[in-house]
Amino acid sequence: MRLAGRPSPWGLGVGALALVLALPVLVVVVNLAEPAGEVWTHLAETVLADYVINSLLLMGGVTAGTLSMGVTTAWLVAMCEFPGRRIFQWALLLPMAMPAYIIAYTYTGLLDVAGPVQTLLRDAFGWSWGDYWFPEVRSLPGAVAMLSLVLYPYVYLLARAAFLEQSAAALEAGRTLGAGPWRGFFTVALPLARPAVITGLSLALMETLADYGTVQYFGVDTFTTGIFRTWFGLGDATAAAQLAAVLLGFVFLLILLERWSRRQSRYHHGGARRRQVPFRLRGTRGGLAAGACLAPLAFGFLIPASQLAVWAWRTGPALVDARFLELMRNSLLLAVGAALMVLLLALIMAYGRRLRPSPLMHAAVNVAGLGYAVPGTVIAIGVMLPFAWLDNTVDGWARAQLGLSTGLLLSGTLFALLFAYAVRFLAVSLQTVEAGLGRIRPSMDDAARSLGRRPWQVLQEIHAPLLGGTLLTALLLVFVDVLKELPATLILRPFNFNTLAVRTYELATDERLADASGAALAIVLAGIVPVVLLSRAIARTGERHAT
Amino acid sequence: MRLEVDTVTLGYGAKLVVQETGFCLEPGSLGCLLGPSGCGKTTLLRAVAGFEPVRGGRIRLGGETVSEPGYTLAPERRGVGMVFQDFALFPHLSVADNMGFGLRGWSRGERKARIERLLELIGLPGAGAMYPHQLSGGQQQRVAVGRALAPRPRLLLLDEPFSGLDVELREGLAREVRAILQQEGTTALMVTHDQLEAFAWADQIGVMHAGRIVQWDSAYDLYHQPADRFVADFIGQGVLLPGRVREGRRVETELGFITGELPIACRPGCEVEVLIRPDDVEFAEYGLRVEVLDRAFRGAEYLYTLGLPSGARVLCLTHSHNTHAVGDQVRLRLEADHLVMFPRTEATEALPLAS
Repeated sequence: MRLAGRPSPWGLGVGALALVLALPVLVVVVNLAEPAGEVWTHLAETVLADYVINSLLLMGGVTAGTLSMGVTTAWLVAMCEFPGRRIFQWALLLPMAMPAYIIAYTYTGLLDVAGPVQTLLRDAFGWSWGDYWFPEVRSLPGAVAMLSLVLYPYVYLLARAAFLEQSAAALEAGRTLGAGPWRGFFTVALPLARPAVITGLSLALMETLADYGTVQYFGVDTFTTGIFRTWFGLGDATAAAQLAAVLLGFVFLLILLERWSRRQSRYHHGGARRRQVPFRLRGTRGGLAAGACLAPLAFGFLIPASQLAVWAWRTGPALVDARFLELMRNSLLLAVGAALMVLLLALIMAYGRRLRPSPLMHAAVNVAGLGYAVPGTVIAIGVMLPFAWLDNTVDGWARAQLGLSTGLLLSGTLFALLFAYAVRFLAVSLQTVEAGLGRIRPSMDDAARSLGRRPWQVLQEIHAPLLGGTLLTALLLVFVDVLKELPATLILRPFNFNTLAVRTYELATDERLADASGAALAIVLAGIVPVVLLSRAIARTGERHAT
Repeated sequence: MRLEVDTVTLGYGAKLVVQETGFCLEPGSLGCLLGPSGCGKTTLLRAVAGFEPVRGGRIRLGGETVSEPGYTLAPERRGVGMVFQDFALFPHLSVADNMGFGLRGWSRGERKARIERLLELIGLPGAGAMYPHQLSGGQQQRVAVGRALAPRPRLLLLDEPFSGLDVELREGLAREVRAILQQEGTTALMVTHDQLEAFAWADQIGVMHAGRIVQWDSAYDLYHQPADRFVADFIGQGVLLPGRVREGRRVETELGFITGELPIACRPGCEVEVLIRPDDVEFAEYGLRVEVLDRAFRGAEYLYTLGLPSGARVLCLTHSHNTHAVGDQVRLRLEADHLVMFPRTEATEALPLAS
């Protein structure tokens, strides 16, 4: 085996994979260099300012919402003892199972004029329609509320971990210097947890920018809806890609923010861990704490999930028909296929990096993992353009040379959709697999090599069995993400190919909210699986930290 | 099988870790690379295993070149066994499966017989069905040795194999492993920073310093005939005392004359430094008056630090019934069998050497 002077097959393979996975983003960026067409000029003059302002307002609102809910609940659960703390510490994650578009449909059904809340008010007070003021859900503030309710768990998760990891001594030193719970929180704990809080926030904001279902339904014009309209309404691919590139600029800033805050947080660890919950809240204060935790949980999960369940119960028998079963089958096949494919890619990349940790390899793996921040809409455009170009080129060549048309080879196929999922969700799998591999000491690899195994045999005989549970987790996380994904699926799905998410969207757009409940409930139930996985990990750290 | 490491250079990126160094290990003998952490000994061992490519030089195993610049025979094709510092037992495999891991291609019967023989050899008969986490540290260590020996490697490498174990276990296990290797007739190379472990285990020891093997010798010769100041300092304890060469192969020091073969070319009158080990001096009825500056009780012995009239210090190891308090005046005389000296450097003061 000659090694020096030639790049290894692993290096070449991982590099090539990374390049292919980076293709959609590159395509979108390259489109910036295209001369701006009429449509773009039109967009720039009319709606672009709205997109930017709405996106900024949305991000500002979600920042306020997720920070207030996420940090408060994290602090209470990590630092205070009050009734229900043990349940809240995992239950506060449940809203993560609720895709933003589904919670938006549900609250619309609950709060609109014909919904149970307004009906109840009218009946109770004898009002009639038009007599009274009621907040309009389908608005920008409504979208902020919906997104905040399902995205605050990102902040909660990271802030809670940061509060728990803070050295006991820091807060105790603060207390001996006269800082009580409130001052201790603002002067010691919060500054120490800031990097983690910002990381969580940047993840929540990435999801906000990526959201399509909620803003589309609420009629709030942002980049994602603009891209859709430009592509399908105005039929201008270049202008759509240019919009996507502007959106990517926002995303890139968020990635920088996230990387920066993660680097900061490295210096904030250390010291002995706390064994005791420092503050005990009793009586009214305990009740207030429990209420503060119950509110986001109730509004973010319990109420909408119950409403979905009620709708599904009422429409139940009519729901489970052949069509619904086909939706289930499509969704499951797609999600399982994507999860397996993404896992395979993640394994190759993670193992390649372990085998040959060169700077080039690190760069390749990092680039391939960037897709988690890129909105599904942008990825869909980035997949669509090169695939269409390839189809046209092959077709043109075949017509000229062979006198026949090859038609669409890649566009509108499941392959295009799976490819988009791979770009978007590789990071989820990659992080899980790399964390798992990191727990296997490198001497295991060396031992197996010195006992006569080739690198891929080591992967098969040592890593695969040792990774067992980790691989299952990686599969599940991607499975659920694919099940929930809406915009990319909407754009790239083959003609007449429906999934649960797409069907929910279609029915909701037709204002058949109750009929959408079956598919929506199925997605939410599947979404609970990763929450359970996370909360099991949380329960373990909770036991360690706070008994 | 004979291992030749010939002027090998190793490095990571721009940093050279091992520079043009080499040694030769004869078939059936046990060698050891000894040195402080960061001296490049583990990198050299990993290069022999095939995990690190060489930048220069050549590694040969039984006459076959396995490493040279641009060529590295993959570790799995070398027939070289390795025992790791953390043992690296596969946690998902039983003891028997761990030991049988390298026996691919053996028939079922041969495999079983080989595993059973090795379990016996390492003193764990009947433990084949157990899993690594059920074993103690010492037992895991022996399984790791058995696993590496199972495929009858051409050469066995051991990377700090005893450092993960309790101090009380180390020397006993080192001797036990030595016996096992001798019974199998294996050629082996170990890496350690612990000289007692190296002394208890190896036939030949290479002392490494800053990427080079500075001396390849037996333990006895390393102690009594160190090749340079580094080896003198690293192996055992002692101090360097100023001296002057006199006629008749004698060296005069403050403590008296030492006679012996002059290891460096010196004329009478030239200034040198002489290595005085703690066992080279003893308390006497007559001799130089020295002051007790410090003493360390070691059970059977005392290690005294003694101040000479010139201000130089020497160490003296003596029976623990020779009790003197700090500040006492005692008399000391030389009783050295070996003359070890180096050319005098600028520093004329005697340098106390750490252990």
